[in-house]
Amino acid sequence: MAIKDYLRERFFPHLWCPGCGHGMVLNGLLQAIEKLGLSRNEIVMVSGIGCSSRITGYVDFHTLHTIHGRALAFATGVKMARPELNLIVPMGDGDALAIGGNHFIHAARRNIDITAIVMNNRIYGMTGGQYSPLSGENIRATTAPYLTIDPGFDVVALAKGAGATFVARTTTYHIHQVADVIRQAILHEGFSVVEVLSQCPTYFGRKNKAGDAVDMIQHFKENTTTIGSKAKKENPDLVERGIFLQKDMPEYCNEYDKMVQKAMEGR
Amino acid sequence: MSENIKFVQGNEACAEAALYAGLDFYAGYPITPSSEITETLAYRLPQIGGKFIQMEDEIASLCAIIGASLTGCKVMTATSGPGFSLMQEALGYAIMAEIPCVIVNVQRGGPSTGLPTHGSQGDVNQARWGTHGDHAIIALTASNHQDIFANTVEAFNLAEIYRTPVILLLDEVIAHMREGLVVPDPGKIPLVERLKTTVKQGVDYHPYLPREDGRLPMSDFGGIHRFNVTGLFHDMWGFPSSEPTVVHGLLHHLVDKLENRAHQLARYKEYYIDDAEHLLLSYGSGARSARHIVENRRRRGERLGLLELQTLWPFPKDIVREKCAKAKSVIVVEQNMGQILQEVKVAVDQPGKVFLANRIDGVFITPADILNILRLIQGKGV
Repeated sequence: MAIKDYLRERFFPHLWCPGCGHGMVLNGLLQAIEKLGLSRNEIVMVSGIGCSSRITGYVDFHTLHTIHGRALAFATGVKMARPELNLIVPMGDGDALAIGGNHFIHAARRNIDITAIVMNNRIYGMTGGQYSPLSGENIRATTAPYLTIDPGFDVVALAKGAGATFVARTTTYHIHQVADVIRQAILHEGFSVVEVLSQCPTYFGRKNKAGDAVDMIQHFKENTTTIGSKAKKENPDLVERGIFLQKDMPEYCNEYDKMVQKAMEGR
Repeated sequence: MSENIKFVQGNEACAEAALYAGLDFYAGYPITPSSEITETLAYRLPQIGGKFIQMEDEIASLCAIIGASLTGCKVMTATSGPGFSLMQEALGYAIMAEIPCVIVNVQRGGPSTGLPTHGSQGDVNQARWGTHGDHAIIALTASNHQDIFANTVEAFNLAEIYRTPVILLLDEVIAHMREGLVVPDPGKIPLVERLKTTVKQGVDYHPYLPREDGRLPMSDFGGIHRFNVTGLFHDMWGFPSSEPTVVHGLLHHLVDKLENRAHQLARYKEYYIDDAEHLLLSYGSGARSARHIVENRRRRGERLGLLELQTLWPFPKDIVREKCAKAKSVIVVEQNMGQILQEVKVAVDQPGKVFLANRIDGVFITPADILNILRLIQGKGV
């Protein structure tokens, strides 16, 4: 199936700003789905609120655009009810880890078979450039005119600590890697987290003098490296990319089925 | 066949009725005084292959059942005041996206943590207006276990017919009280199943285009039609729209589909209304004491009547006006500071004849409480 057949062209043009990284994530995501040969009817995409969450409107799957931060809770209901469906949940950084942080850690803890994609542009774009829990320190935002003092989360460490069984990170510069890790994340049976560093030239870039979209993408190229690379040993400040964790653990819906067997047999 | 009689708590009657209605999926979070509903379904649902999940909080519980409902499941969650407060945003979503679901709120004293183990009816207006924006809602209540059973089944039926969340407003007294319950034979209470679209695969399906009768046939997630569901104002495909005509049309649809049917949605019971000089109007646990007083005073020749409301929202104002028309006084018996009282005053022709008999101290309204108010109104002194 051609990539364009996964899109609802009726609803274009999309609302993302010129240079936004979210369309690139969508590109990688659709490449992954195309490579897996999944039928559109097998995919349920659930999102919350924010620029990233508008992704659900543009794809021709069963799509559920919900409320801020709660996408994983809705997705948990869909998955529990219909475990044979593939659940993909794209989220923004604030959506996933500020207002949605509780649902994020609990979905990870259950190891329910959902693919969570954190489209991390380190800013609240839709509301006009406020800092997020992934902004990190010394960032300028409309709510941080004197620069942020809040340390940021490390999504990889958080996901691992909470119990996710597949954890990866990449960037919009590494678009083939985006497609590849999302493909593996969808194949993985359990809760998988893919963090994609994405650029918001409109707010993050402008406020922080990070240049235009190309400059920001170039920054991802220059400041990231493959996990465990020689470059990382030489420059510990580089951000690692790749699959950090991939392990087989009991999946929630499978375990539920076993519990139903037990209950039905009166054990 | 012998009757299936149980001696249960109100919460258990509610859980039993949900299973009778065809509950497939339940998500909940522990909170007093509703936990027995969650506990009962944690035990019972897996036995029939149904789905039960304890979520991380109440809003997640409501979100999860909305997700499950979209796959075609009949769904429910139960909570109490603080949890119900937390659910309000997801409740608005279910209203906007027109998702059938049942939400039980076993009321306790509030605001805030309030009185976790004591009864109250303080969430009546929250059920109506708790979530933001103009909207309509169905809220049912009951004063005994047989009615809890019947109205829980009705809540599921109305959720399917109108594609809306339905709130079941119980209270701690009725939820924790034990009394007999006759579980009706299967089929005795008719069940409404989901209205599915007949649009064929490959043909453009409009999930949000109402039929002539106002109903919206659904297609399950995972089925042959793919569509968008959103809490934003949306067009007939479910795609976000801020087009003024779309916004105006959808808001009217959401409100009118329930408010215009207030009369047919009204469930109530009446006792000795025809010649009643003083009419008690009550609901939930307070209606038990009200009924006791009515029966008791009738034996002494006093012309008392009772109107027991079981549908609180949409408020059945035409029925209330009609039933209250002849009474010299109307005494609203409720365990709050007069939330239904205000509705009654608006509904009747002479608001000055409407009085309140209430308690707000966490203690059940006793027949003596009502009698004292009644004697004052009658000019007999306490």
